[in-house]
Amino acid sequence: MEKIANQKAWFLVLPVFAVVAFSAVIPLMTVVNYSVQDTFGNNKFFWNGVGWYQELLSPSTELGGRFLASLWRNLIFSAVVLAIEIPLGIVVALAMPRQGRGVAFSLVVLALPLLIPWNVVGTIWQIFGRSDIGLLGYVLNRLGFDYNYVAYPIDAWATIIVMDVWHWSSLVALLCYAGLKSIPEAFYQAASIDGASRWAVFTAIQLPKMQRVLLIAGLLRFMDSFMIYTEPFVVTGGGPGNSTTFISIELVKLALGQFDLGKAAAMSLVYELIILIICWVFYTVMTNAGQERRIEREAA
Amino acid sequence: MARLDLVDLAHAYNGGTTHADLVLKPTSMTWRQGGAYALLGPSGCGKTTLLNIISGIVRPSRGKVLFDGKDVSALTTQQRNIAQVFQFPVIYDTMTVGENLAFPLKNRGLPRAEIEKRVSEIARLLDLEAYLGRRASRLSADAKQKISLGRGLVRADVAAILFDEPLTVIDPALKWELRSKLKTLHRALDLTMIYVTHDQTEALTFADTVVVMHEGSVVQTGTPEELFARPEHTFVGYFIGSPGMNIVAGEVRGREAKIAGHTLALKRSYDSLPAGANIEIGIRPEFVSIAPPRPDLLSAHLERIDDLGRTRFARVRVDGLKLAAAIPPGLTPDGEEVGLTFDPAQIHVYADSRRIEGAA
Repeated sequence: MEKIANQKAWFLVLPVFAVVAFSAVIPLMTVVNYSVQDTFGNNKFFWNGVGWYQELLSPSTELGGRFLASLWRNLIFSAVVLAIEIPLGIVVALAMPRQGRGVAFSLVVLALPLLIPWNVVGTIWQIFGRSDIGLLGYVLNRLGFDYNYVAYPIDAWATIIVMDVWHWSSLVALLCYAGLKSIPEAFYQAASIDGASRWAVFTAIQLPKMQRVLLIAGLLRFMDSFMIYTEPFVVTGGGPGNSTTFISIELVKLALGQFDLGKAAAMSLVYELIILIICWVFYTVMTNAGQERRIEREAA
Repeated sequence: MARLDLVDLAHAYNGGTTHADLVLKPTSMTWRQGGAYALLGPSGCGKTTLLNIISGIVRPSRGKVLFDGKDVSALTTQQRNIAQVFQFPVIYDTMTVGENLAFPLKNRGLPRAEIEKRVSEIARLLDLEAYLGRRASRLSADAKQKISLGRGLVRADVAAILFDEPLTVIDPALKWELRSKLKTLHRALDLTMIYVTHDQTEALTFADTVVVMHEGSVVQTGTPEELFARPEHTFVGYFIGSPGMNIVAGEVRGREAKIAGHTLALKRSYDSLPAGANIEIGIRPEFVSIAPPRPDLLSAHLERIDDLGRTRFARVRVDGLKLAAAIPPGLTPDGEEVGLTFDPAQIHVYADSRRIEGAA
């Protein structure tokens, strides 16, 4: 039978093309367009080639210095947040009840911070930490600590990190809890018969079985913390000085504050590229881990 | 290694005390040191509960567990020196086979040299030597189940090894192999082994003593031969053997039984049957044969023939009763009407499901 060539079928995918074009491709291309030109408004453009990119990546220029400094802040922030939230999430998940009425209660309590809008979280901590009226700030100062997140970079960082831990550790805990719940009871019984200590049960059974959810939790938390904007913007506005200015905040200052659209476009593309690369690495690691398991299963 | 005694054991998961609440009805029994036992029964009959009580995973609501006369009821699984193999292989994913086998010994703080000696010994017994350095998670289900077993065997001091339907996830072809491996190990190591299963073939080939459970009670304990020849409970007759025992309502008076209006001679005399009891007559299909219809035989209607290869069984109907009967070699039933002959020595009489011993 002869195959019927029906070119009308292209019309069926047209809506998708249109949506993707308007939602992703065209805006992205606009940004690319800006990133290779300089503009002073009035729709006047001057060709700049890869000039912005060169500036961005060289620490000696003003733009490069700002970008690299904020990139470092982002990386340090993500590392600290992950180093606290992952172990904390595991500990919380281990401490949660496995059955009974406590399960529903603890799940609801853990889910609460996740349901609060980001800017509200920022506002809560902004007020909570104020040394004049905030409960935390006031109490700390009364206890003799000179705590002031508006004045001291260390205090600002501590506030933002504690806020992020408060906001997001629940997510890690819930994922770990799901991983723990999927372990059959026989494993614990066998371990108890084998005379395993609590620590041995954790390292030999629970941790290996949580490996996958931990990878997902790590990925989600890394991406989110790397793209953080709202909460530090509300609490510190990037200050004191530039001490809590992350890339996203820098970007907004550049694009909306200084109206340096070319620089901002170049920076956002590099920012996006970094996120994409890290995403890809995570994705590859995760699917490889899955693949390994599948091969093991097939061999079995 | 030890003798296990269960003293007036009973258990209810919901904490109740009425007969209906008890998933394990009051049970007392003794497991001989070095015996190979099978706990046989359908799903939900309480066999796993009984096993978990012995291993200490479940604390019984009532009664005591004794190991060599010592009360261990209050001890944890860890303190009891019990090994248990579960339905699904339990292995520690991140460890090698060797590390898996060494795990129980390491937890008990044995010296390294001793651990290595035991592990290589057990690996040799289980044919796992070639895999010792491999990651355990990459092995097949039967090898994993061997590792689970090995972790029990590796301890020199285990009182008993308990198996909870250990062959469920194993390929049929490998089941037979693993079972004979278990048998060999049992002979070589002189361990008490208790094997829970709902598969009669598994139970009868593995064990020298089979404990049949039904609705939370032990209904009969005996060798496979005893269970076959003298089922003490209609459930045993029906559950063991394939096809299971024919159990039909009937009347028994002295040395005569009446089934569907037909009188059968009995080998023994049953004079004092409990009044008002539900009387049933049981005979295994192997001891009922079909024959060409004759006036002195119980006549039956042939429904179908099950050809099992070596033997053939006829499914017949007598009035409302359904029976299975052997077809003697060489006989080809001619037409749908057949006669049934019974071996009088193999007819059992049951009153309220319990076998009644007749007088000679």
